[in-house]
Amino acid sequence: MSVLKIKDVSKIFPNGNVRAVDSFSLEVADGELVCLLGPSGSGKSTLLRMVGGFERPTSGEMTIDGEDITHVPPEKRPTGMVFQSHALWTHMNVFKNLAFGLKLRKVAPDEIKRRVEAVLDLVGLAGYGTRHVAQLSGGQQQRVALARSLVLEPKILLLDEPFASLDQHLRERLREEVRDIQQRLKITTLFVTHGQDEALSMADRIVVMRDGKTEQIDRPDVVYREPQTPFVAGFIGTMNLIEGNVANGIFSKAGYSTPLPVSDGPAILAVRPEALDLAVASEGSQGKVHRVTDYGTHGLVDLELNDATRVKAMVSHPDLFRAGQGVTLAPRAIAAYRDGVVIHRA
Amino acid sequence: MTSVTIRRPTDWTGIIFAVVLTLVIVLPLVVVGTWAFTNVWRFPALIPQEFGLRFWNQTLARADVWSSITMSLTLATTVTFLSALVCLPAAYAFARLDFPGRNILFFSFLAGHAFPKFGLLVAIAGIFLQLNLIGTFWGVVLIQLVGTLLFMIWIPVAAFQSVDRRMEEAARDVGASPMRVFWSITLPQAGPTIAAAILLSFVGTFYETEGAWLIGAPQVRTLPVLMISFINNQPVIQYGAVLSVLLWVPSFIALLFARRVVNSGSFARGFGG
Ligand SMILES: Nc1ncnc2c1ncn2[C@@H]1O[C@H](COP(=O)(O)OP(=O)(O)OP(=O)(O)O)[C@@H](O)[C@H]1O
Ligand SMILES: [Mg+2]
Repeated sequence: MSVLKIKDVSKIFPNGNVRAVDSFSLEVADGELVCLLGPSGSGKSTLLRMVGGFERPTSGEMTIDGEDITHVPPEKRPTGMVFQSHALWTHMNVFKNLAFGLKLRKVAPDEIKRRVEAVLDLVGLAGYGTRHVAQLSGGQQQRVALARSLVLEPKILLLDEPFASLDQHLRERLREEVRDIQQRLKITTLFVTHGQDEALSMADRIVVMRDGKTEQIDRPDVVYREPQTPFVAGFIGTMNLIEGNVANGIFSKAGYSTPLPVSDGPAILAVRPEALDLAVASEGSQGKVHRVTDYGTHGLVDLELNDATRVKAMVSHPDLFRAGQGVTLAPRAIAAYRDGVVIHRA
Repeated sequence: MTSVTIRRPTDWTGIIFAVVLTLVIVLPLVVVGTWAFTNVWRFPALIPQEFGLRFWNQTLARADVWSSITMSLTLATTVTFLSALVCLPAAYAFARLDFPGRNILFFSFLAGHAFPKFGLLVAIAGIFLQLNLIGTFWGVVLIQLVGTLLFMIWIPVAAFQSVDRRMEEAARDVGASPMRVFWSITLPQAGPTIAAAILLSFVGTFYETEGAWLIGAPQVRTLPVLMISFINNQPVIQYGAVLSVLLWVPSFIALLFARRVVNSGSFARGFGG
């Protein structure tokens, strides 16, 4: 039963005067897995390291189950951190890596043995206790790193891009395993990634970060379907963002126009490729096919509006389209943004 | 697979190099080694007339030889231990912390070795005279401690800097205090390199003569100091030769250790290699 609360936390690094995290607030519910997602340098690691106690916040406060941990050193925090570079102690074998924290807590030797074996079993490495760290594969090392945190039963589990150094296939498998374990143990988890697939497939909620600030906090499907800002729209999945103008309820951009019931002024029209229908047009075309890619199950058409603005559309019959053809665009779902916020959705 | 024999041209440079090295390094060692086990060797004979352990018996029967061996070992151990005690935490601080004056202090250790050493020693001896440290065991310890600072700060700093900070953080994360992290993670990680530094400072202290002589003489007499006085005052070559062979022992053991450390590869890692 553990709740993490982050209230108005900021971090300014004295050297360079970077505002790495900027008045950030978040509440992670008991047993919830929240993903921090954002581009490189958006402050994800800094935030996570502040929760783990490795960076001091410049201002703000953090609590776990109501207890203020803002100024508690890392060794006294009920948090467990898994680092990107596994950070296993190479001068110890697997068993000793896992037992170290338990020994510090003065757990009895046979109890240590029992708990280490149980957690090794949990991460699928039963019998690997006597192995040395260097004798493990990358995926196994990361599992041991996870086990090292889990064996201490932390209230909050922190993971900083734990799979970033693994290959795609292994990454997907470990992602599922970690999610499984997390749900089985019902452990409150904060997970940093800059891979949207990872966030979308694992998280109960996603926090999209940019320049140390929150852009949006929502369930993965909501973040995907209803991005609140053009930044989120462009960052999650593939999104066509067309910058144009609205006059008398009509959005237009270089020969393309579509009704948009908002007040006059500049606007960004957002359309997912899978929500954009195309039709070959001999006259009155709004764009020109640039390239067609056939993926077997579907096709992707790259097209250009009259001013060379690129737009992507997903089509079920790519063989209907040919480079150079004129097409008309018919979006099935759109959103419009102005001044960084959503102003219309249909 | 067919095996191909490549005839390599005779490497004359290599051969000359090896011969010169042999002459310069091995020959004197052989001569000294031979003298140590010689009872009679009169000019112009090429090999001794009589081999034997007579001078070993004579040398080892002398009380001043035994007391100086004990003195040397005690001194080297004490100095190395104190040096490790003082320098390792300091090196860790240099490697991990940023404090005002850090760089100046760091380079001051090097500066101590930039002057002609004897001049520095004489200056220190002047101070020691006023402090009544001349001719005392602790006076020699102090002067030799200064001599170890370079090895025991610079090498460990490089070793500590190469330890992955994430490993240390992971240890904090599972509940280790900063001190515990140092003992259980950082030190073992930097271990081989630090062992080499400790070895160097032990051997360096064991063979150190100028400081030991200037500060210690005549009350504190180390084995090398005794050897010098033997060579200076005794017409018998064998005394000096026997002591030289005795003095080889620690450096030989040190070399064996050093080889293992260097071969392990972690030594190079300590220098960020
Ligand atoms: N120790 C530090 N000193 C100074 N600036 C730092 C420090 N650590 C991070 N920063 C700066 O803080 C900002 C946020 O960095 P952070 O590592 O949190 O980003 P991130 O979102 O984790 O990026 P990535 O996806 O690349 O890991 C960056 O501009 C970075 O340069
Ligand atoms: Mg990061």
